[in-house]
Amino acid sequence: MESKNIDANTSVFRWLDWPTIIIYLILVVAGAISIYAASYDFDRASMFDFNEFSGKQFLWIGLSIIIGCAILLFDYRIYETYAYPVYIVVLLIMVVTIFVAPDIKGSRSWLVLGPVSLQPAEFGKFATALALAKLFNSYNFTLNQKISNYFRALIIIFIPVTLILLQHETGSALVYISLFFVLYREGMSGLVLFSAVCAITYFVVAVKFVEPLLLGIPIGEFTVFCMIIAVFCCMLLFYCKDAIISRNVLIGFTGSGLIVTALTLSGINVPGTWYFIGIIVAALIYVSIAMYRHQIERYVVTIIFAAASVMFLFSVNYVFGHVLEPHQQMRIKVALGIVDDPRGVGYNVNQSKIAIGSGGMTGKGFLNGTQTKLKYVPEQHTDFIFCTIGEEEGFAGSSAVLIAFLALILRVIHIAERQRTPFGRVYAYCVVSYLIFHIFINIGMVIGLCPVIGIPLPFFSYGGSALWSFTILLFILLRIDASRKERRD
Amino acid sequence: MAKDYSLEKRKFVIGGFITVVVIIFLIQLFNLQVSDATYKENADSNAFFRKVLYPSRGVIYDRNGKLVVLNQPEYDVMLIPKDLGNEFDTIGLCNVLNITKEELLSKWADMKNPRKNPGYSAYTPQKLMSHLSQEDYGRLQEKLYLFPGFYVQKRNVREYATHSAANVLGNIREVNAKDVENDRYYRRGDYTGDLGVEKSYEPYLRGIKGEEILMKDALGRIKGKYEDGIHDVIPVAGRDLTLSIDIDLQEYGEKLMQGKIGAIVAIEPQTGEILCMVSAPTYDPSLLVGSGRGKNYASLVSNRLKPLYDRALQGMYPPGSTFKPTQGLIFLQEGTITPSTAYPCYHGYVNGIRVGCHAHGSPLPLKPAIATSCNAYFCWGLKNFIDKKGSTPSAQLEKWKNYMVEMGYGYRLGVDLPSESRGFIPNPDYYSNSFRGSNWRANSIISISIGQGEVLATPLQISNLAATIANRGWFITPHVVKEISDTVIDSKYREKRKPSIKKEYYEQIAEGMRMAVLGGTCRLANLPGLDVCGKTGTAQNPRGKDHSVFMGFAPMNNPKIAVAVYVENAGFGATYGVPIGSLIIEKYLKGSIAPERKYLEERMLNANTIISSGVKEH
Repeated sequence: MESKNIDANTSVFRWLDWPTIIIYLILVVAGAISIYAASYDFDRASMFDFNEFSGKQFLWIGLSIIIGCAILLFDYRIYETYAYPVYIVVLLIMVVTIFVAPDIKGSRSWLVLGPVSLQPAEFGKFATALALAKLFNSYNFTLNQKISNYFRALIIIFIPVTLILLQHETGSALVYISLFFVLYREGMSGLVLFSAVCAITYFVVAVKFVEPLLLGIPIGEFTVFCMIIAVFCCMLLFYCKDAIISRNVLIGFTGSGLIVTALTLSGINVPGTWYFIGIIVAALIYVSIAMYRHQIERYVVTIIFAAASVMFLFSVNYVFGHVLEPHQQMRIKVALGIVDDPRGVGYNVNQSKIAIGSGGMTGKGFLNGTQTKLKYVPEQHTDFIFCTIGEEEGFAGSSAVLIAFLALILRVIHIAERQRTPFGRVYAYCVVSYLIFHIFINIGMVIGLCPVIGIPLPFFSYGGSALWSFTILLFILLRIDASRKERRD
Repeated sequence: MAKDYSLEKRKFVIGGFITVVVIIFLIQLFNLQVSDATYKENADSNAFFRKVLYPSRGVIYDRNGKLVVLNQPEYDVMLIPKDLGNEFDTIGLCNVLNITKEELLSKWADMKNPRKNPGYSAYTPQKLMSHLSQEDYGRLQEKLYLFPGFYVQKRNVREYATHSAANVLGNIREVNAKDVENDRYYRRGDYTGDLGVEKSYEPYLRGIKGEEILMKDALGRIKGKYEDGIHDVIPVAGRDLTLSIDIDLQEYGEKLMQGKIGAIVAIEPQTGEILCMVSAPTYDPSLLVGSGRGKNYASLVSNRLKPLYDRALQGMYPPGSTFKPTQGLIFLQEGTITPSTAYPCYHGYVNGIRVGCHAHGSPLPLKPAIATSCNAYFCWGLKNFIDKKGSTPSAQLEKWKNYMVEMGYGYRLGVDLPSESRGFIPNPDYYSNSFRGSNWRANSIISISIGQGEVLATPLQISNLAATIANRGWFITPHVVKEISDTVIDSKYREKRKPSIKKEYYEQIAEGMRMAVLGGTCRLANLPGLDVCGKTGTAQNPRGKDHSVFMGFAPMNNPKIAVAVYVENAGFGATYGVPIGSLIIEKYLKGSIAPERKYLEERMLNANTIISSGVKEH
């Protein structure tokens, strides 16, 4: 009995994925040093002073490592066995949080326990990942087996989303959207991701380019119509594999386009909206009559896709103007460069771009950054921590951090694919999804490519909850992975 | 379960996606950090420096367009500790600022003291010294290049074109932590209105702050505007106020009240505009401006005569006989009396208890009862009203209270100034409690009929009663601000409020008050050609001599001014109240005092009643 235990423990460390651990350690230590730099004040105390953010962060890191080791010491089966209970307990804590949390800047997401404040939403991440993995590990479960399997997966994802939205933490709730990557990996149609990409592209183009007018409609809308037509033709050609219909449709579009161009040049006003709706409806009718091949459902999908795209375009303006709150509209507009607002919402982004931009190739050197020190960049030790790295370590440092994150993600994908059970694989892909989303949004926001959404940079941003959450997430994965060579009973 | 190898290929899509994202991010980082020079330029100049541009605060005029409160520039010495050289010329700075080295060091210590200056940071602007004079400012501006990291912030402080009306005007002070917390407009070091219209009209007066974005170099020297100032925000000046106060009348009133404790409130009846509102003793509003503010404020607070206490709207006094008209109105409206009902007076009200009265003819109907201020008449009236057959004292008193509230007593009138008192009008519950359940009847509460006992009113409420009688039955909520530039005053100050008492009954009261002036208690107020109506009051109080009260309006028909005068511990209403009230009326309507009344003016100006108030001046 005893010898078996020792055996199990040594095997844990033998099969532990050391590259991941090394990247992890590099990132957290670099994070704490950046926090020290971000909150450094020349007449203030040392890096390890517990009154400073950096000192506290080292404390959090120490506790993280203890938590990590504890996780590794448990049997890997525990995480599978207790996946649902853990999920439910975390959900209950999140429900309680809504009612007992104090209102901090409009959000009720912090649970205050004496001197420690925790954000249960952060711990929802690994709990949801465990529950999702457990679901996919059910006997003979495949996503495409029946539609209710999708519902079960989506319910697991959207319960924490709803609870976090009720805590007014929109950013943290959006993180869970990334779990669609997991569903994709497990068999969800690529069309869903393709639709999402199209929707985002259409949205950005339609909202961003409002001038000048072409055929009486904004150029952005005009472009989206053209893109819808192009996507339609491409889907006919590559997805339905029907070159003839695709060619005919393309000829029809080109012909009508030439006619409209001629009419416009001769001074006749063609109402653009009606023109596009007319030709698209005509093409859809043509395709629905002409489809005769055996892959009929692909034609239906293509037609619905085109029709939905048009409807989406019309609802974009409505949603943007009527559903989103003004500050959200503003953030999107600033991110898209529609409005230049250096003191309002754009101020943060502009300042963070200046801070990063001032770093140059090699940076100003540790603690020599002026932009971030002058407290012009807000939230510089939390959401905007990447600024400090950009300013003080320059392109060399910031790209090193980016590449370290990329390496971590690719490594976790590699780990995911070597799992022998769906449980391990799905869990690992959840980790991948969270990391992708956090890095995409956080760094994207700091360098002015994404809207400002307040979520932390994993391992870097100051705060115990986020650090512990990612540590737990990663170490459970490492523990599951370390057991890949063990014999299954 | 077997692996689905067609799905395994999807790892390339996911891995490819994040790789592409990272590549795009790397390109953007390269653009920002290596190829695009503009961010570098901005950052080489170190940082933006956002300088607040303070709007000029709205100025204040009196009702005749005289400028009463204006702005004067004042300068604060600011510095950013981090930008100071390793050593700077302390002695040179002392010479420029005209202070000693010790003073400078103590200011320096205060600035760095986290208790006195909780927002201290070496990287942000800090205030070293405020209230710099124009000359010191000029000298510093010239030598500023010698002191990197220093700059001067211009601020507007108040200047007063009058020495009076401090209670109405109020003043401005630096915001405290609570203000900053409650209102996002404020930053530490801003000014806000304190007392008076400065406080109640703060949102109008303060304007909207602007901002100038400047660029600094590594040495902290200002290098000019960021992008030629296209992002600057120009401040919007505050709105100007026009007071309803006639500043000359206010000054005159304050002069008359010198050496006395009390208040004068004059109202234009048709509009509810307050013409003057004197609280005595008062102080010069200029005392609370500039470097002397702290010391002066402390001495005003500790002054035993409480000059900061606005007696005109905070003082709660027994209204005395000025209350009798309200009783007459209620009795008439309720049918307790008719204009011809007469009550006997045997040197007072004698009916089981005794309330004294002075010598006059008996019995009297209402008008002469008001003219002679007969106590017995109103005691009888209240007795018959409260002990009405078929009703209970409680029900009757409830009715009585409702009439009083309609007439503006018992609750705040709603004047546009902070901290108005509501006075006190008892209701049946109050008496049930104070008599502890035992039956109370008219005789138990009889003194309220002559404005004594539990009843308390502010001089503003008394003046408002005079205005209501002048209007024969309506009033507009009294207010001190007549106009706000580019906007209108609150509709509450334009709407009539009507007590549910018939106009004809008010006419009776007005005639009674006219008789008081012609041949009753207010004969000193008989100004030829002005048809003054008046009512005296001699309010007993537990602390010392009676208070002298007067309430009146003029002219009787088409009245232009209603006034209430309250002088603490000054004796009969006729001794101080009537002369001061009549002088105010005369001054306002005639512009000057007739030669034959100069003696009266002289006597009032020189009288001192503080001696008899029992408060020792220091």
